[in-house]
Amino acid sequence: MANEILEEHIQNEYKWGFTTNIDTDEAPKGLNEDIIRFISAKKNEPEWMLEFRLKAFRNWQNMIEPTWAHVSYKKPDFQDIIYYSAPKPKKELASLDEVDPELLKTFEKLGISLEEQKRLSGVQSNIAVDIVFDSVSVKTTFKETLAEKGIIFCSFSEAVQDHPELVKKYMGMAVPPTDNFYAALNSAVFTDGSFCYIPKGVRSPMELSTYFRINASGTGQFERTLIIADEDSYVSYLEGCTAPQRDENQLHAAVVEIITHKNAEVKYSTVQNWYPGDKDGKGGIFNFVTKRGICLEDNSKISWTQVETGSAVTWKYPSVILKGNNSVGEFYSVAVTNNYQQADTGTKMIHIGKNTRSTIISKGISAGFSNNSYRGLVQIKKGASNARNFSQCDSLLMGDKCGAHTFPYIEIKDKSAIVEHEATTSKIGEDQLFYCKQRGIDNEKAIGLIVNGYCKEVLNKLPMEFAVEAQKLLAISLEGSVG
Amino acid sequence: MISIKNLHASIGDKEILRGINLEVKAGEVHAIMGPNGSGKSTLSSVLAGREDYNVTEGEVTFNGKNLLELSPEDRAREGLFLAFQYPVEIPGVSNVNFLRTAVNEIRKYHGQEEMPAKDFLALVKEKSKLVELDAKLASRSVNEGFSGGEKKRNEIFQMAMLNPKLAILDETDSGLDIDALRIVATGVNKLKSKDNATIVITHYQRLLDYIVPDFVHILYKGRIVKSGGKELALEMEAKGYDEIKAQFERIES
Ligand SMILES: Nc1ncnc2c1ncn2[C@@H]1O[C@H](COP(=O)(O)OP(=O)(O)OP(=O)(O)O)[C@@H](O)[C@H]1O
Ligand SMILES: [Mg+2]
Repeated sequence: MANEILEEHIQNEYKWGFTTNIDTDEAPKGLNEDIIRFISAKKNEPEWMLEFRLKAFRNWQNMIEPTWAHVSYKKPDFQDIIYYSAPKPKKELASLDEVDPELLKTFEKLGISLEEQKRLSGVQSNIAVDIVFDSVSVKTTFKETLAEKGIIFCSFSEAVQDHPELVKKYMGMAVPPTDNFYAALNSAVFTDGSFCYIPKGVRSPMELSTYFRINASGTGQFERTLIIADEDSYVSYLEGCTAPQRDENQLHAAVVEIITHKNAEVKYSTVQNWYPGDKDGKGGIFNFVTKRGICLEDNSKISWTQVETGSAVTWKYPSVILKGNNSVGEFYSVAVTNNYQQADTGTKMIHIGKNTRSTIISKGISAGFSNNSYRGLVQIKKGASNARNFSQCDSLLMGDKCGAHTFPYIEIKDKSAIVEHEATTSKIGEDQLFYCKQRGIDNEKAIGLIVNGYCKEVLNKLPMEFAVEAQKLLAISLEGSVG
Repeated sequence: MISIKNLHASIGDKEILRGINLEVKAGEVHAIMGPNGSGKSTLSSVLAGREDYNVTEGEVTFNGKNLLELSPEDRAREGLFLAFQYPVEIPGVSNVNFLRTAVNEIRKYHGQEEMPAKDFLALVKEKSKLVELDAKLASRSVNEGFSGGEKKRNEIFQMAMLNPKLAILDETDSGLDIDALRIVATGVNKLKSKDNATIVITHYQRLLDYIVPDFVHILYKGRIVKSGGKELALEMEAKGYDEIKAQFERIES
């Protein structure tokens, strides 16, 4: 399964732009309390869940869409979106289990044989996957293997049914329903997502992964992911996403929450490849996502690694609240924008506990007419003695019609803090390109090499199979952007 | 191998090459000397296809092909190699990965399969030995943080890996210590065959003690103003360029 998913990822142009013809079970367009009741009823939810949703919805109604991000777009019409679209069961399982020969061919064209892919990923089946198709989780693999270790890995809906005490306890802890406009919207209408609980003392024997795909037209995707790492546990979590090529903009407003207990560590990696719109800026996904983790207890660690190549407009700040003493937060990011894409992304590191440490490495790459902004907040609260942060924000420009911006915010309330910030902006060098060409490497390949080299610090943080995929994606996203 | 006829090239409206004529045959070594700013690096850049320069007149034939019509990468794939006077750093890209890409791109151009990883690594080993390149340098990022001499040695290592038909060495000797100079020169000599040719650009006759040229040319103000055998280099070293300059100025006026 993991391989199929990777195959689907590693393709030319936006080859992910296919739609799958499957019957869907949809809610009528629009948003009101009845729709929320409809979703909740469809999912057979307990009363407390419906209450959570309605409360969030009432909150959301009094909120206004924020405008501080360095992006401009036509505001979504929230009454023109379908909030629930589920593939009818039976058929879609078959369609996801088969490997489309066309996909395999493209895969071959990219020069990656299945064998090589297998070799790189060690064993073929070392990733457990949860697949979220439009709004509903359709398949979670390796559930049983994981269950033997006491790991719970299932769809969010199942968790609500089977582990209500955990969901109730942790949901909204890192991202309260009132947090921001899109988090509130998500809390009201989320339809599914992944849930993961790693019990005390367990290291997950495999990478866990969620694969998101928006398929139906006119739908929004509002999934929720909740990851809880109990004391002394570890998990590495991967998230991948694609969407069909459509002329209209589609909204993706997800919430991801991570909670780590004492000595626990969660590594969360994303390769985001939502449809970015065409070269004139038509269509594409609006990606307005709230991702946040809390290092709840001492010596815990949360690490976000992201490679962002897709979406028309991206707006996301995977953050860490460092509450436990000695806890560690990390953010490694590559954000690529080409054509008319816009990205405003970065992180927040909130230091509350003593001796907390955070590292931020952000690599922005802008090409075409795109705009790429880094926005980051490092906050050292009073009492967070000996907190340390190191931030490095690099921007790489390709051509002279694109923009790169850096908005670092630093708030220090404790004198013992050490905060370092470095920023560079560079242009891809003609000298470098010529040097590559003189060795027989053409423009496209040269850009691929140089860009991958530039992003190496971040790519190195990705699990092997994801890193390979990310490298190809970077090259593909920047095709035709220089020279 | 290469035949350059009346080559003129300019940057902006400044003419830098003003009618170069040069014929290099397989198996030969040619040395080009000349004062700073005379156009030696410009000549090598123009031959390698750097887009900043406009070729305004003349023709260049490389192994029967019109060189000036080829893209820079195709010139390289046809077997033209330039050891840069100032090698470029490419952060984050390992030398080995860089060369593997280059080797396979060149093979692809000639309709050959990719080189198996095992063979490639064996080749790296063999060639790094040839130029006595520290194995650590082969796996480090291309030229990043290399010392001046290491960069030059790395150029010759790359040359050994790519096995070009015509290699142009632009002041590869400058910045090398005596031992490195000998090592690099020995490497170049070992790579020499009756099927390839070398153009050595240098300021110092010393290099030519190791790499013995068949012809020496003096470039001045964008033209080859004097050619001769290896003794011409000795003569220049002894007398300097004054005489040439004076003579040339007379012709000009
Ligand atoms: N990009 C450029 N813009 C303007 N002038 C240039 C450019 N490149 C070269 N020139 C000029 O062309 C002339 C020839 O330069 P070139 O580098 O070819 O000399 P050289 O013979 O290699 O000198 P050296 O021995 O110092 O390496 C010089 O006057 C130089 O300033
Ligand atoms: Mg020069």
